[in-house]
Amino acid sequence: MIPATNLLILGAILFSIGVIGVLIRRNAIVIFMSIELMLNSVNLTFIVLARQLHSLDGQIFVFFIMTVAAAEVAVGLALIISAYRLRATINVDEINLLNG
Amino acid sequence: MVNEWLPVFIFMIIMSVVVFVILAGTAFIGPKRPNPVKLSPYECGVEPVGEPRTRFSIKFYMIAMLFIIFDLEVIFFYPWAVVFKRFLSGSSFILIEMLIFVGILLVGYVYAWKKGALEWQ
Amino acid sequence: MDLIIPQINFSAIAPALTVMITAVVVLLIGLFFQKVQRELLAIVGIIGLIVSLGELGRMWGKDITGFGGMVGNDNFTIAFQMIFIIAAFLAALLSLNRIEDEYVSYGEFYGLLLFALSGIIVMVQGLNLLIVFLGLEILSISLYILTGFRKMRADSIEAALKYFLLGAFSTGFLLYGIALIYGTTGSFSFKGISSYVNANGFTNVLFVAGIILFLVGLAFKAAFVPFHQWTPDVYQGAPTPIAAFMSVGAKGAAFAVLIRLFVSVAAFSTREWTIAIWVLALLTMTIGNVVAIVQQNIKRMLAYSSIAHAGYILVGVLAGNEMGRSAVLFYLMAYTFMNLGAFGVVSYLGISHKVENLRIESYRGIGYKYPFAALAMAVFMFSLAGVPPTAGFIGKFYLFSAALKAGFVWLVILSVLNAVISAYYYLRVVVAMYMQEPEEGKVFELPAASWGVGLALLLAVLGVLYMGIFPSSLMQLFQKTAELISML
Repeated sequence: MIPATNLLILGAILFSIGVIGVLIRRNAIVIFMSIELMLNSVNLTFIVLARQLHSLDGQIFVFFIMTVAAAEVAVGLALIISAYRLRATINVDEINLLNG
Repeated sequence: MVNEWLPVFIFMIIMSVVVFVILAGTAFIGPKRPNPVKLSPYECGVEPVGEPRTRFSIKFYMIAMLFIIFDLEVIFFYPWAVVFKRFLSGSSFILIEMLIFVGILLVGYVYAWKKGALEWQ
Repeated sequence: MDLIIPQINFSAIAPALTVMITAVVVLLIGLFFQKVQRELLAIVGIIGLIVSLGELGRMWGKDITGFGGMVGNDNFTIAFQMIFIIAAFLAALLSLNRIEDEYVSYGEFYGLLLFALSGIIVMVQGLNLLIVFLGLEILSISLYILTGFRKMRADSIEAALKYFLLGAFSTGFLLYGIALIYGTTGSFSFKGISSYVNANGFTNVLFVAGIILFLVGLAFKAAFVPFHQWTPDVYQGAPTPIAAFMSVGAKGAAFAVLIRLFVSVAAFSTREWTIAIWVLALLTMTIGNVVAIVQQNIKRMLAYSSIAHAGYILVGVLAGNEMGRSAVLFYLMAYTFMNLGAFGVVSYLGISHKVENLRIESYRGIGYKYPFAALAMAVFMFSLAGVPPTAGFIGKFYLFSAALKAGFVWLVILSVLNAVISAYYYLRVVVAMYMQEPEEGKVFELPAASWGVGLALLLAVLGVLYMGIFPSSLMQLFQKTAELISML
């Protein structure tokens, strides 16, 4: 069995990759995929912790995170499609109508 | 354990080095005389007839979105199904609870249907 | 493993259930009767809000918990929920404005507004991080859609996209924080966290990291500096009534959770945390106020002003005593009236034939052409600036005196200075309305206001003046609730 520490470190690494992806990529879809990576690394962390703590709470939380992530996907992709229709780009640097 | 796999490991390292050297070598040493015919995909075949990336209809997105939402709601059935039998003996509460949940999903389904999200026209 | 069905107590979530059911009903009415007047939808929604207010009134003083301690309603929580219901009520009235003709589907609009409110209620009454997370997401996802509701306008969609990407990003931090808290304490409940801290203090690095990530996630939602950059863009692009609701609802809900956390974990009053929140409060109000000065667009100005007000409220949270908590409630109530009112006037004056009149310059000289709107706006601006005898003044007075009582003299001095700075840009609007010549010689033409806007503005003005002139009864009520923040 893989020790829990390794899995937790894997979760932390995946989370960091997600954060870095959000910060350096400029395509809205790729940013969104990075956010999903963050959420899924959290899922991994929760499952490992639930196993380690012998409590089901963590696993139940994962179900809710997955559902919420699905709802976010639906809304987010709809917004990205609308943005693309109106501006013909999804590069977040070019989406800059709003400023003071 | 380590010794058994050591040759494989050494083989992998040698393989990576060889592949890298060959690829890098051809890239650096090989002559480069590009012309339009060479640059087109499938040099010796038919003319390309369009962009390799085709655009999808927005309808696929609608279906995919509905699928992912309803599909993910199903994960709540799994823990419910695991404990279903044990609880049903005491009271029918667990059944009613799930019926309420399915009812809420049905409202969403009716909404999607009435909005025309399920039509393929 | 032994499984027990937790005690199910639907009366504990009656207000949230009422709001959710109303939302579904409104959605379905809008779906099946395409021709239905949106006034009808708004009225159905408002009836639902009034019913849930009644439910809250019935629960007052009873400390009802339910679902195995996952949710609980002490008076403090109930007061918060009432404030948010009033905010949703005003926002529903304001969105009857004519410019909102751009919304194609009113059923969805009011349905989502009610869903956002139900998310806030769930979040506020949650005694468990799972419930807080769920409420936060119900709120956030509804607001992402509402922000992009004018889907043919590039600015609206852009605002929604920005809000969505940053909101989802901050959700990631919040969740990772919850994961770390769970890993170290083995519990999601505030009670569990509290007993863990009482036993171990803040010695475990992973636990502290979890708390910090959780607070960062909340700070994004409440728009504390340095997590505030999305606010002006989102408020500018969102439909004005929604921006108004967001400025009270999303922020206030985050404050409710923050106070719940700070009260349940007494060890937050240690020196390090106090300094951190001290700096956060000061930065939030100062940057909000300073940047608001240079704004030309009134919605962006109000957005920065809302950041600054979050800083003031944080002072009350930092005070950490009963007076601070009741002052936070009082200020949030006052802020609901004055900010929704101000956004309401902006929404009404924004109606125009081609583009919304959102530049502060375009407000020149309207004081004589639209006396009621201008007078209401002046009241709200004075209140936001904290001029007596308005609710904003009394609210700031309570907040700052609570902080003084807790010994934060310097923070109070700097806050008062901030309030003075803020008076400049609020009064600039008043000066423009009454003392400057209109642009291009004449004031823009507006159609007559709908009854909803008129009613909402009237209620907001009355609220601001009532709370400013007779604050004591409400304050006593809030003081009682803050003493009774018991259920943990």
